[in-house]
Amino acid sequence: MAITLEDVENIAHLARLQLSPTEKQEALSSITNILQVIDQMQSINTTGVEPLAHAYEAAQRLRDDVVTEKDQRITLLALAPSTQRGLFLVPKVLE
Amino acid sequence: MEWETVIGLEVHVQLATASKLFSGSSTRFGAEPNTQANLFDLALPGTLPVLNGKAVEMAVKFGLAVGAEIGHKSVFDRKNYFYPDSPKGYQTSQLEFPTVGKGSLTITLDDGTTKVIGITRAHLEEDAGKSLHEEFPTETGIDLNRAGTPLLEIVSEPELRSAKEAVAYLKKMHSLIVYLGISDGDMSQGSMRCDANVSVRPKGEAKFGTRAEIKNINSFRFVEKAINVEVARQIDILEDGSKVKQETRLYDADKNETRSMRSKEVANDYRYFPEPDLLPIVIDDAFISKIRATLPELPDVKALRFQIQYELSAYDATVLTNEFHTAAFFEEVVAACQDAKLSANWVMGDLQACLNKAELSIQRSPVSSTALAGMISRILDNTISSKIAKTVFVAMVAGEGSADSIIAAKGLKQITDTGAIELIVDAIIATNTKQVEQYRAGEEKVFAFFVGLVMKESRGKANPNQINLILKSKLTAK
Amino acid sequence: MLNQGIADIARALVSGEYSSVEITQAYLDQIALHNGELNAFITVTPEQALAQAAAADQVRASGNAGVFTGVPIAHKDIFCTAGVRTSCGSRMLDNFIAPYNATVVEKLLNAGAVMLGKTNMDEFAMGSSNETSYYGPVKNPWNRTLVPGGSSGGSAAAVSGQLCPAATATDTGGSIRQPASFCGLTGIKPTYGRVSRWGMIAFASSLDQAGTLTRTAEDAAIMLGIMAGFDPKDSTSVDLPVPDYCAQLNKPLHGLRIGIPRQHFAQGLKPEVEIQIRAALHEFEKLGATIKEISLDNSHYSVAAYYVIAPAEASANLSRYDGVRFGYRCAKPVDLEDMYKRSRGEGFGAEVKRRIMIGTYALSAGYYDAYYIKAQKVRRLIKDDFVHAFTEVDVIMGPTSPHTAFPLGAKTKDPVAMYLEDIYTIAVNLAGLPGISIPAGMVNGLPVGLQIVGRDFDEAKLLNIAHMFQQATAWHLLTPGA
Repeated sequence: MAITLEDVENIAHLARLQLSPTEKQEALSSITNILQVIDQMQSINTTGVEPLAHAYEAAQRLRDDVVTEKDQRITLLALAPSTQRGLFLVPKVLE
Repeated sequence: MEWETVIGLEVHVQLATASKLFSGSSTRFGAEPNTQANLFDLALPGTLPVLNGKAVEMAVKFGLAVGAEIGHKSVFDRKNYFYPDSPKGYQTSQLEFPTVGKGSLTITLDDGTTKVIGITRAHLEEDAGKSLHEEFPTETGIDLNRAGTPLLEIVSEPELRSAKEAVAYLKKMHSLIVYLGISDGDMSQGSMRCDANVSVRPKGEAKFGTRAEIKNINSFRFVEKAINVEVARQIDILEDGSKVKQETRLYDADKNETRSMRSKEVANDYRYFPEPDLLPIVIDDAFISKIRATLPELPDVKALRFQIQYELSAYDATVLTNEFHTAAFFEEVVAACQDAKLSANWVMGDLQACLNKAELSIQRSPVSSTALAGMISRILDNTISSKIAKTVFVAMVAGEGSADSIIAAKGLKQITDTGAIELIVDAIIATNTKQVEQYRAGEEKVFAFFVGLVMKESRGKANPNQINLILKSKLTAK
Repeated sequence: MLNQGIADIARALVSGEYSSVEITQAYLDQIALHNGELNAFITVTPEQALAQAAAADQVRASGNAGVFTGVPIAHKDIFCTAGVRTSCGSRMLDNFIAPYNATVVEKLLNAGAVMLGKTNMDEFAMGSSNETSYYGPVKNPWNRTLVPGGSSGGSAAAVSGQLCPAATATDTGGSIRQPASFCGLTGIKPTYGRVSRWGMIAFASSLDQAGTLTRTAEDAAIMLGIMAGFDPKDSTSVDLPVPDYCAQLNKPLHGLRIGIPRQHFAQGLKPEVEIQIRAALHEFEKLGATIKEISLDNSHYSVAAYYVIAPAEASANLSRYDGVRFGYRCAKPVDLEDMYKRSRGEGFGAEVKRRIMIGTYALSAGYYDAYYIKAQKVRRLIKDDFVHAFTEVDVIMGPTSPHTAFPLGAKTKDPVAMYLEDIYTIAVNLAGLPGISIPAGMVNGLPVGLQIVGRDFDEAKLLNIAHMFQQATAWHLLTPGA
């Protein structure tokens, strides 16, 4: 499947990545090459094959409903680039 | 042209677990910002989800209550989108294999008729955090305490045909989740939220019109208003010959209008895929049986029982069982005073009116079930009349004590001493000769005049039955 | 004493030949001397290491020492270490001081291990040459113009270059085995689910697995025995008892059935590497094993399936790096969108961005079935090939890599060539199987690695086979410059 510069821009937007014009061109050519490798698998007949999401197919373990975590706000907020009054700050979001 | 409204609802119910869906952080409401947001909740690198079994049990319980198919293998998926209140950059939800499949909910309309509304599915997912837009001039504050709280998203079929039906559906849903004990149902805290997919089509047309999704409507009152204004807006557009745009809209309660959400304008591509950090939930028959055994008596069944056991009308039984705690309160009152009809009247009448006025839930009723039963017992043993009971009840609401202590303190005990009532009656007959003659001449409506006077003279305490009997015999005896 | 492994050091500490503080200081000196050139460590923690070593010596003095007490090691910078920067080789996490320990780190700490520091790696483990690190490339101690392999290149170079006796590592598509091969080490990637992923920064969640880079199979057995086991914090962790790997090291290999996949000896394999691998296989025959050619019919498609599944998972795993709660945020964002795009655009390197984009594309509307679902179906076919093969043989052997270490910069401009680096290792991750790479020969002064793949949870057998080979051969004893 062929990919266009517009696709690259759309993907970069979905993934929230700022790319320079050079990066976009580079992405276009390298992703095109990689898709050629990926497209090799289109030649395999997989009719009736069940997709495999986990190599080890087991059932999800269920946890007891117990509060185990304590307040670590002071430690954890210290990791953030911008906080005030116990909140993480981001540029104003307009609804 | 006549238009038909088509509504489908997505109800988000916060499940009443102690800890979050995938972490051991508390879900308690109202904590200081970010004090319940820990390693996993903040999506710190290297952290992983572990599923809360209680949330799965609650989802299955709901499924059983709406007669739904339970997915023997349900799968979590990642729904990818960037927003500051979604710390991982994806929401863990269920797309293709939800825990709860097709089911239905029977709603009762105002005219007493019922309608079965299909439930498409119900799936488990994480709640988002909160964005605080007003706290800072140029920035938005993010509180992630709520992030990761378990939600059950219940999707209805587009089978609701009016705002009133939508409200009836929501009320029934609310009643059900509280009955099941899977949510506190506190709408003021966002425990039940609703998105409405609304469209209109010419009556008789089989194809659905283009729908708009109204986001985050958080009270029964707003649901009705929001749907009604949206329907009117769409009809205006269609009658102008224009087309309704498929979009997400927000209801503004102050202006009573819906408006387009600009932030959601760009069509999202959520890129769902199976969550690799979680394995499929396998629900076997033993698990389902275990949950089935914990199902409480549900509203419809309870209403039927009330009709038979307490000999209540269908209407009374429905009203009393709509809400789990009201039904429980009623049964406590009956158990203590042994008179179902009087208990029903008081719970649905004066008590409900008082709660409505004070905007209180029955769990916070100022008059306990025991206290109300105590008062009703005094009606039953003729200590007070039903009329005096109203006075006693007001005093009980005001916190003046038990029925007995109020009756004693205010001297409200009914006069049942025939001699005492006869004395009053004799005096009245003696001083109102003109009215006595009128009555004896056949004007029976004057009788009420005499009853009123006796009541007034006894300050309402004379037993009404006795007044009637004594008055009748004395007036007719020449 | 610096060419020693865990077992040697453990014995020396017991005999009192030297103390933990002494051996720790010796390695710290070695790091100070050579890390500038090898660039194997991103962060060195001398004070903490010496304090841990002193504490270990005290534990030993009080008679409570275990086998690992006082043994210095290094952690790949993908494992969260409380109070110590955990960068994952990325500018994005250059300022990230982890507030907690990964389970692997915690287990080794509890066993008395001393942490020397955090090793360099490809950014977010995305790479096969350790050239995508924000902290610059790592040099191969055997020849400093060559790459050490990746993504665990720092761990491999640190052990091989004698800056530490052993190191933790992770493997998503070959990131332990290929550097082991390039640097002449023993590298084991356990079965998916054998070692907890809690605190191990995710690249591709369904493929990532922690393991070790050591000098010998015996060292790997000791270290993996501590790291492995069920962890309730990781839903994909498997609740099975951990066997005593050391107890099974010396089991004779008589009757062992070895399968060699036709596809791993085909076009692309350097002839001189093949010669070494065939010689190693002959060694196993001498030890009583039988060899049988097998076919892994779909192995040819493993790279294709992998480069859908791994980037798809990564594209979501890396969404949390948004400049809000931790990590890099761009300067003066004008709005939210700008903050997201520039923080991520500036914080991630080219390879990480490329893989996020491939993954985003593979999952996007209209391509999901053709790419993602297709890849998962191929994944099942690949796993089924192994399941079938293991009905006939006990283990599968072949080259770890088609060639020896290549020059720095040789493949950085050609992502596809880089991706094909892992052609023999990737299928093992897709199938979730355990795999080990051991030194099995030399070509032009550079190590060649032999890969041994086992059934689910057959780590004990892999370590046993590797150990018996190492008892019979001396390839693992060779050191750079020796």
